[in-house]
Amino acid sequence: MTFKLKTLTAVGAFALAAASPALAQTEIQWWHAMTGANNDVVVKLAEEFNASQKDYKVVVAYKGSYPDTLNAGIAAFRAGNAPHIMQVFEVGTATMMSAKGAIKPVADVMKDAGESFDPKSYLPAITGYYSTTKGEMLSFPFNSSSMVMWYNKDALKKAGLPEAPPKTWPEVFEAAKKLKAAGFDKCGFSTAWTTWANIEQLGAWHNVPVGTKANGFDGFDTEFRINSDLFVKHLTNLANLQKEGVFSYSGRTNTGEGRFTSGECPLFLTSSAFFGNVKANAKFDWSNAPMPYYPDVAGAPQNSIIGGASLWVMGGKKADEYKGVAKFFTFLSDVDRQVKLHTESGYLPITKAAYEKVKASGFYKQNPYLETPLLELNNKEPTDNSRGVRFGGLVQIRDIWSEEIEAALNGQKTPKAALDAANDRGNQALRQFERTAK
Amino acid sequence: MQKYAHFKGLTIPLLLLLPQLAITVVFFYWPASQAVWQSFLLQDAFGISTEFVWFENYRDLFSKPEYYKALINTGIFSVFVALLSLSLALLFAVMADRQIRGAEIYKTLLIWPYAVAPAIAGVLWIFMFDPSLGMLARGLQSLGVAWNPRLNGNDAMTLVILAATWKQISYNFLFFLAGLQSIPKSVIEAAVIDGARPMRRFWTIVFPLLSPTTFFLLVVNLVYVFFDTFGIIDTISGGGPSGATETLVYKVYSDGKGGTNLGGSAAQSVILLIMVIGMTAFQFRFIERKVNY
Repeated sequence: MTFKLKTLTAVGAFALAAASPALAQTEIQWWHAMTGANNDVVVKLAEEFNASQKDYKVVVAYKGSYPDTLNAGIAAFRAGNAPHIMQVFEVGTATMMSAKGAIKPVADVMKDAGESFDPKSYLPAITGYYSTTKGEMLSFPFNSSSMVMWYNKDALKKAGLPEAPPKTWPEVFEAAKKLKAAGFDKCGFSTAWTTWANIEQLGAWHNVPVGTKANGFDGFDTEFRINSDLFVKHLTNLANLQKEGVFSYSGRTNTGEGRFTSGECPLFLTSSAFFGNVKANAKFDWSNAPMPYYPDVAGAPQNSIIGGASLWVMGGKKADEYKGVAKFFTFLSDVDRQVKLHTESGYLPITKAAYEKVKASGFYKQNPYLETPLLELNNKEPTDNSRGVRFGGLVQIRDIWSEEIEAALNGQKTPKAALDAANDRGNQALRQFERTAK
Repeated sequence: MQKYAHFKGLTIPLLLLLPQLAITVVFFYWPASQAVWQSFLLQDAFGISTEFVWFENYRDLFSKPEYYKALINTGIFSVFVALLSLSLALLFAVMADRQIRGAEIYKTLLIWPYAVAPAIAGVLWIFMFDPSLGMLARGLQSLGVAWNPRLNGNDAMTLVILAATWKQISYNFLFFLAGLQSIPKSVIEAAVIDGARPMRRFWTIVFPLLSPTTFFLLVVNLVYVFFDTFGIIDTISGGGPSGATETLVYKVYSDGKGGTNLGGSAAQSVILLIMVIGMTAFQFRFIERKVNY
């Protein structure tokens, strides 16, 4: 069946090529997971690239949510039909990098194609996430974000709180109690992306490891450390405040983000990419601030880690096709293009030059909330604990962790017991991944 | 008089059977055998490294408390959904079968929810009962009920049971109504003349005559709760909070699709397959005896 199809395609392609030799364009398939305004960005980028030269044609295809796109890519690879470029969310990084032979490192793609490429020109906080410990870039950063605390200025005023948002966790707890007393009785503060906020970012921001081996960067034989003091203390605080109705759980993903824009939750930790939504829907005065930290942890705050997605190049394609991919990445790295992408979509610029240019233009004076995630990422030189997390099967592990955190928040387990279980079950999943990733 | 049509030779009967057999093989036996094969493998997501591990995926499953929890959840979920959707559908069908004005509109409205996709049904219910968004949730909260399916396992289970029941009532209603309408009027009229009251008529005449329909629906409903409900669970609760609404079929879906643990997921679907075969066999062997055709 597959053989026949391939022959047919080959015959078809041959016939086409013979019929129109002048149009010998090489097609580059790009699968992505962007919806709404971001989908328009992707389509526009492809159109601009296609108009800029004649040899290559980037064809975009929307494949559903991040996990759906990853699954579609995996299924296509298994069937021998993988696209050239696949957008994969940061959680899928370890899955992709362990698939040797299925992918081609971006550094190699650029080198083989002879494109000028300097990894150092990209923001290290972003590329560090997608590079090996030796600094070889595996995937191309596309849309990056980090976690920030969005706050409702009107609500703070109503509760008689100072205009400047709370900086530390104890201050957040106090502010949330006052907000509750001032009428925000359903939710003083909350977080989206449960494990990203309360495990992964919390660890990086306090320079505390989530796992051994530099959070998985130095090999797959890593073990979790999420039942250490900081995590237990934080979850204990959340569980107690949940009981008092000061903290209110908002679910595992970002489905609860509407609680901020509707005015229900005046303090809300979620992705900086929430910007577009807030701008469009919030009917109050708002801004964002860096994530809170525990002042008694030495050295805190450290630096935050990124979220979002990067572009992976799939293996087994022709040299000419890789050349097109490389040209496209050079096109994406262009300073002016990055400036435009950053200021219009709210995603982070990926090159240092683009960041400097936006800074110099004074754009952040009017839009300080777009700089918050960059300030967090560049707060300090990343350490082994704050470069990012790279654990195999993290998609599944996040669900396991969320399950246990929920059990602590609804009082079924003590925070310590829940995190012990989360740690053990996470380790089991890691061992399973390790066995398959050889 | 000849009772059956007979074909001479084997060619024509085989030819006539072929399309059906081909479909069954391609869409059932082949994938099912693939699932069995996959359940013995340990494989990475991309299928690059594969290891044959015999029954390790099964052993792994049965050593985890989460699997037993999913088993119990499935029990609670399926008993409640099947009982509720069957009894409510029967009640509605009996009501709709009476001589009332506008019966057609009433029947049509009852059938509509069946056309709604499971995931959409889930979204509809979450819009009503989400603790922040839902109108009805706000109503409950203002009555002093601490309704929070986001964190309370029982609330979440109640919500998925209600949504799954609502989705299935139409189907059951349709069959019960057809069953009721096929009961000869003369039998009922004879009972009326004999002086039997409505309740007695229902339990001694109507209900037994409906037994083939009820039996058929019981089997169909069980298959529905076991296999068709993950869309509803996915949109309402995602199996949470803390695994409270994770049923066996949802676990197959989330482990396989989200977790890319294909071996474990395949092992679970094989177990599920065996369970449903077992239950269907049990039903036909023991419950069918009580059915009067």
